[in-house]
Amino acid sequence: MTPFAYHASPDEQDAIASAVAGGRYIAGGTTLIDLMREEVEEPKRLIDINQLPLHDIRETADGLVIGALARMAEVAAHPAVARMQPLLVETLLEGASPQLRNMASIGGNLLQRVRCPYFRTLDAACNKRRPGSGCAAIGGINHNHAILGTSDHCVATHPSDLAVSLVALGAVVRIRGPQGLREFPVEALYRLPGDTPHLEHTLSPGELIVEVFVPYGPYAQRARYLKVRDRASYEFALVSIAAALEIDAGVVRQARLAAGGVATRPWRLAACEAALVGQPASQATWRKVAPLSVAGARPLSGNGFKIELLQRTLVRTLELAGEAA
Amino acid sequence: MATSEIELTINGHLQRLSLDPRTSLLDMLREHLALHGTKKGCDQGACGACTILLDGKRINSCLTLAVMHNGAHITTIEGLANGAELHPLQAAFIEHDAFQCGYCTPGQIMSGVACLAEGHAASPEQIKAWMSGNICRCGAYPGIVSAITQTANASR
Ligand SMILES: Cc1cc2nc3c(=O)[nH]c(=O)nc-3n(C[C@H](O)[C@H](O)[C@H](O)COP(=O)(O)OP(=O)(O)OC[C@H]3O[C@@H](n4cnc5c(N)ncnc54)[C@H](O)[C@@H]3O)c2cc1C
Ligand code: SF4
Ligand code: FES
Ligand code: FES
Repeated sequence: MTPFAYHASPDEQDAIASAVAGGRYIAGGTTLIDLMREEVEEPKRLIDINQLPLHDIRETADGLVIGALARMAEVAAHPAVARMQPLLVETLLEGASPQLRNMASIGGNLLQRVRCPYFRTLDAACNKRRPGSGCAAIGGINHNHAILGTSDHCVATHPSDLAVSLVALGAVVRIRGPQGLREFPVEALYRLPGDTPHLEHTLSPGELIVEVFVPYGPYAQRARYLKVRDRASYEFALVSIAAALEIDAGVVRQARLAAGGVATRPWRLAACEAALVGQPASQATWRKVAPLSVAGARPLSGNGFKIELLQRTLVRTLELAGEAA
Repeated sequence: MATSEIELTINGHLQRLSLDPRTSLLDMLREHLALHGTKKGCDQGACGACTILLDGKRINSCLTLAVMHNGAHITTIEGLANGAELHPLQAAFIEHDAFQCGYCTPGQIMSGVACLAEGHAASPEQIKAWMSGNICRCGAYPGIVSAITQTANASR
């Protein structure tokens, strides 16, 4: 690990000033320390933000507010979350392990980095780690890589489960930076790799995620997360779907859908959502919209199976969501 | 490189240490305090061999820095027995042959203690799900699940 200076920040103002001066935030450390040990990440100064008052989970009139430093386990065990957004509980408990969920923060989860094995192998070509060096995954082992949102420069999937469900639910991230507070949809936090895969998110230097707002909607109680992976637990998704439906008198009124494990960022399935509205809540409908989920998919040598798996996972998740509540 | 001063309570004993900030909690235990019970399997959060209790919660000690935990209370496998009397889960591991090589065992037991305390040991299925952060390359899983089940039943 490359040496660094350590600073435990007492408040937001100090943290932001320290980060603007070139420091790097650390929350749970479960992404950052792992990559620092491999020397993929080499921050000169670590800003420990754990003393900041960003741990709360609270209910408002129209949704849930989750502090950026709340731990995955705390959010999953919180009664208000279980009551208002059961999808988040299911999603969080499908991720990582009980130990990691006790450590990992919500802000860190959203900004976790890709699990592409070449990204963490210093002598492999990787445009994300070393811009311009190439992408070893495209001609290499790419069983786990993306079929959607890829470029000729990077094909790594975004690994967060939580981000998939937050995108489906239309959640908003609240950011504090040197210029004050701003907020935007979680979906807008992520960039496509294009020809700049080393740029992953839309935060400016020093910007701090302070909280996530999850609006309540009539679809929240009919929502499921299904995660398909190479082993039953403690593994990232090959394909995952978050689906939330509003069904009235057997007809779909609203659908919120996103996919994980298949794309370079959490992937909103907008065409499927639109096609579901007004249709009967039935197997036939679920099957009819599934092909829309893979529009524009570009399989690699080792991940063509994801085209079929994504559609089947979508059908199954819609089936489960249709039965929920 | 400057060192950082920290103070932690480990298995009931207050410890003062001066550490390079790069030191993980795991390396602090093993290299600086000679508490070798906590194991290093992967050093990447992927196996659970390094599981300890930090302020009562199970964590992977390999993925956190010691300097981030000034003032914390830590329990390791060495702190579980009461003198010569084993913790009930330690005794159950022996009774159920819940290990072969034993390398994953301290992590399994610490994770199992937390799993019981969290109330996630109501059935073998629940135990499997909530113990999935601990890998056993020898495949001693059936014994591990029955040791935890017995301990859960005994405390009911
Ligand atoms: C073995 C293993 C298995 C895993 N399995 C899964 C899984 O199945 N599903 C899943 O979703 N995740 C999984 N994870 C990833 C895990 O969820 C993330 O590592 C974790 O959520 C990151 O949170 P953290 O608080 O530890 O982040 P840190 O490591 O502290 O930080 C991560 C990044 O976010 C930045 N950051 C942190 N907080 C903020 C903030 N408030 N504002 C701005 N920047 C911030 C840091 O600077 C850093 O760049 C797994 C991890 C491991 C090691
Ligand atoms: S897929 Fe992206 S992260 Fe993986 S090697 Fe290619 S450029 Fe690097
Ligand atoms: S050594 Fe920490 S999880 Fe493997
Ligand atoms: S007993 Fe050998 S790894 Fe579990």
